Amino acid sequence: MILIAIITLGGIGVVSSGLLYVASKKFEVYENPLVAQVQEALPAANCGGCGYPGCSGFAGACVGAQSLDGLLCPVGGAAVMNRIAAILGKDAAGVEPKIAVVRCNGNCEARPRVNRYDGARNCAIAASLYGGETGCSYGCLGYGDCVTACTFAAIGINPATGLPEVAEDRCTSCGACVKACPKGIIELRKKGPKSRRIFVGCVNKDKGGVARKACSSACIGCSKCEKECKFDAITIADNLAYIDPQKCRLCRKCTASCPTGAIYELNFPPPRKEAVAAAGQVSEEKTN
Amino acid sequence: MLKTFRIGGIHPPENKLSVWKKVSVLPVPAQAVIPLGQHIGAPAQAVVKKGDMVKVGTLLGKSGGFISSNIHSSVSGKVSKIDSAVDASGYKRPAVYIDVEGDEWEEAIDRSDTPAKECLLSTREIIDRITGAGVVGLGGATFPTQVKLTPPAGMKAEMLIINGVECEPYLTSDHSLMTEKGEEVLAGVAILMKAAGVDKAVVGIENNKPDAIAYLRDLAKGYQGIEVAPLKVKYPQGGEKQLIDAVMRRQVKSGALPISVGAVVQNVGTAYAVYEAVQKNKPLVERIVTVTGGGVREPSNFLVRIGTPVRDLIEAAGGMTGDAGKIIGGGPMMGKALVSEDVPITKGSSGILVLPRVESVRKPARSCIRCAKCVQACPMGLNPSLLMNAAEFAAWELAEKNYIVDCIECGSCSFTCPANRPLLDHIRMGKGKVMGIIRGRKS
Repeated sequence: MILIAIITLGGIGVVSSGLLYVASKKFEVYENPLVAQVQEALPAANCGGCGYPGCSGFAGACVGAQSLDGLLCPVGGAAVMNRIAAILGKDAAGVEPKIAVVRCNGNCEARPRVNRYDGARNCAIAASLYGGETGCSYGCLGYGDCVTACTFAAIGINPATGLPEVAEDRCTSCGACVKACPKGIIELRKKGPKSRRIFVGCVNKDKGGVARKACSSACIGCSKCEKECKFDAITIADNLAYIDPQKCRLCRKCTASCPTGAIYELNFPPPRKEAVAAAGQVSEEKTN
Repeated sequence: MLKTFRIGGIHPPENKLSVWKKVSVLPVPAQAVIPLGQHIGAPAQAVVKKGDMVKVGTLLGKSGGFISSNIHSSVSGKVSKIDSAVDASGYKRPAVYIDVEGDEWEEAIDRSDTPAKECLLSTREIIDRITGAGVVGLGGATFPTQVKLTPPAGMKAEMLIINGVECEPYLTSDHSLMTEKGEEVLAGVAILMKAAGVDKAVVGIENNKPDAIAYLRDLAKGYQGIEVAPLKVKYPQGGEKQLIDAVMRRQVKSGALPISVGAVVQNVGTAYAVYEAVQKNKPLVERIVTVTGGGVREPSNFLVRIGTPVRDLIEAAGGMTGDAGKIIGGGPMMGKALVSEDVPITKGSSGILVLPRVESVRKPARSCIRCAKCVQACPMGLNPSLLMNAAEFAAWELAEKNYIVDCIECGSCSFTCPANRPLLDHIRMGKGKVMGIIRGRKS
C-alpha cells in the first residue's frame, strides 16, 4: 500500500519538476545583472524625481542608455551618479543640480485676508472651490499639500508668514511638491553657483493695480526689470515677469529696480553700501 | 402613495422662512456688473465697448460656442469698463460694468403683463428665440436651454419633465414663481413641449407646496398633455436623474444623457424665461432670488436684475443680524460660500442664504466608523466613504472605477456623516481630477 503512495507522489513530483524546468526556460526574462548592481547604488527612495517609476526603473534606464547624459538621481546627486558611472564604465554627465523655489511671498502682512475658509485643510480642495482667503487668487493657499508630498521633510510652512519654505540642504529637487501645488507656485530652478539664484517670487497674472491692491509684494508687470536686464533673461507675459535661469548672469540689477520687491536673490554676500541705498526695500533675511 | 426617487436621499430641515412673502421688485442698482460667463460652457464674447450707451435688453456678449449663451444688459446706461470681476468663487472673470442711467428698455420688448397663451411659431423659430434671449437652466446648473432642446441625432424625447421640486432647504424662489406666475409658467411649458417635440409634460412638485400644486393643477386643465405630479419630499429630488426616476421610474445610465431614457428636464424658472423670450421677446435680464436664513432680518423673495450686487439684496431684506457668519450663494446643501458682498447676481443665483455663525461653522472631523450612512444616503448609489479615501490618497484609477464622475455633488453624504467627515470636499476635488484625466485621454 505504502508503495503506491510513494510511486504516485514521486511520479507527480517528477512530472511537476519537468514542467517547472520547461516553463522556467521558455518564459525566462533576462535581466542584466548590472541593473541590480546599479539599483544597489541608488538611495532606494523611490521618489520618482528622476522621471522614472522608482529606483529600479531608473537603474534599467541607466543600463540601457548609451551615455548617462540627462540621467540624474536628484536624491543621490553627483556622488551616486559617479558610482553608477563606475559600475557601468560610462561617463557621468554633469547635470546641473536643481532646487525647488516657492514663487509667492504674500505673507500675512503683505497679503491681508479678506475671508475665512473653514473647509478641509487641503490646497487641492480649496483650489477646486474658490480663489483663496486673500484678494490674490494665484498665490499660496498655505494648507501644506507640498509639505505632505515631500518625502524628505525639505519643505515646511513657516507659521510666521504662512508660506512654505524650502530647506536647501534637504531638497533633492524630486519635484513632488511641484506636482502637488494646485496653484503651480513651486518651480524647480537651477541651484546656481554657491547656491546663488535670482527669481521672481510671484505668479499673479492680474493687472498691476489689481495685483498690488491684493498683495504689496506682488509683481505688477511694470517691466522695469526687463529694461534693466542686459542679458535678455527677463520676459514679461500676462503682467508677470519671469527670469530665465539659463540666461541670468546673477548681476542683481533687476532686484534693485523692482518697485515692489518681488524679485528675490538668495545666498549672495551682503550688498555694498551704494547697492543698499539703491535697493531700498529688498529684504536680506529672506530664504526662499 | 406619492412618487419619489428610489435610491438614497435625505430629509434635511426645510426652513422655508420666506414662503409667505410675495415677490417684491428690487430697485435697479446704481452700477451693474454683468459677468460674460454666467453659464456652463464658453464665456460670451463682448460686443460692446467702453462708453457705449445700452438699454435693458441690449446684447452685451455673443454666445462663444455651441455650449454657450448670449448675455444681455439688465439695466440702461453707459458701459464704464469691460474688466474682470470677482465671481462667486473668488476667481476673476471678464465682466461688463454699466453705470445706470434711468430705466429705458429696448423697443422690441413687450412689457405688458397680459398673459399670451397662444404660440404660433415653428419649433425652429422657438429655439432661435430661446437662443437669442440667452435662456439657460435656472435651477442652478445654468446649462444653455437651446442645447437641451436639440437632442443628438437618433435620439427622441418622449416626455418633458418640469422641475418645480425646489428640494433645497430655505429656497422659495421657484415656489413663489409658481404661485404668482402660474399662467405664464404653463404657457412656457406648452412652448417647451412644442420645441422638444413631445405631447406630454409632467410638472413635478414636492408636496410641501400644496398651494402651488393646487393652482397649477387647476390651470393645467386648460392645456393638452400637461400633468402636475405631487412628489414625496426628499432631497435631492431636484437632481435631474433623481427627478426622472421619481416621475418616469427610469434610471439614466452612468455617463448617459437624460434623453437616452426619453426625458428632457427643465426648471420652472426656465419655463417662465422661455415664455418671456418667445411671447414677450424679452431676454433673460432678471430673475427671482430668495434672500433668507437666520442671519437676515426679513427673509424675502425679490425680482432682481442680473448684475445687482448681493449687498443690495441683503439690505433690502432688512440687513444682516449681528451674529451673521456666512453668506452662501444658493441653498445650504449645494450652495457655495461667497467671498464678498460685492459679488453680482447671475442667471444661476436662486438664493442668497445668510447663516448665523453658530450654524455655519464646521464641526471637527473624526475618524470614519464604517456605519455606511453615506452609502445609504447617496442618491447615485455610490460609496462616498471609499471615494473620499481614493481622492485623499490620489488613487485616481480606483476613484474612476467606482464612478466618481457620477457624483452630483448634492452633499447628502457630508450631511448624514455622524463623524462630520468632509466627504463631498474630497470627492468634488477628486471628480475634477478624474474628469481632467479622462479629457486628457480623449485628446
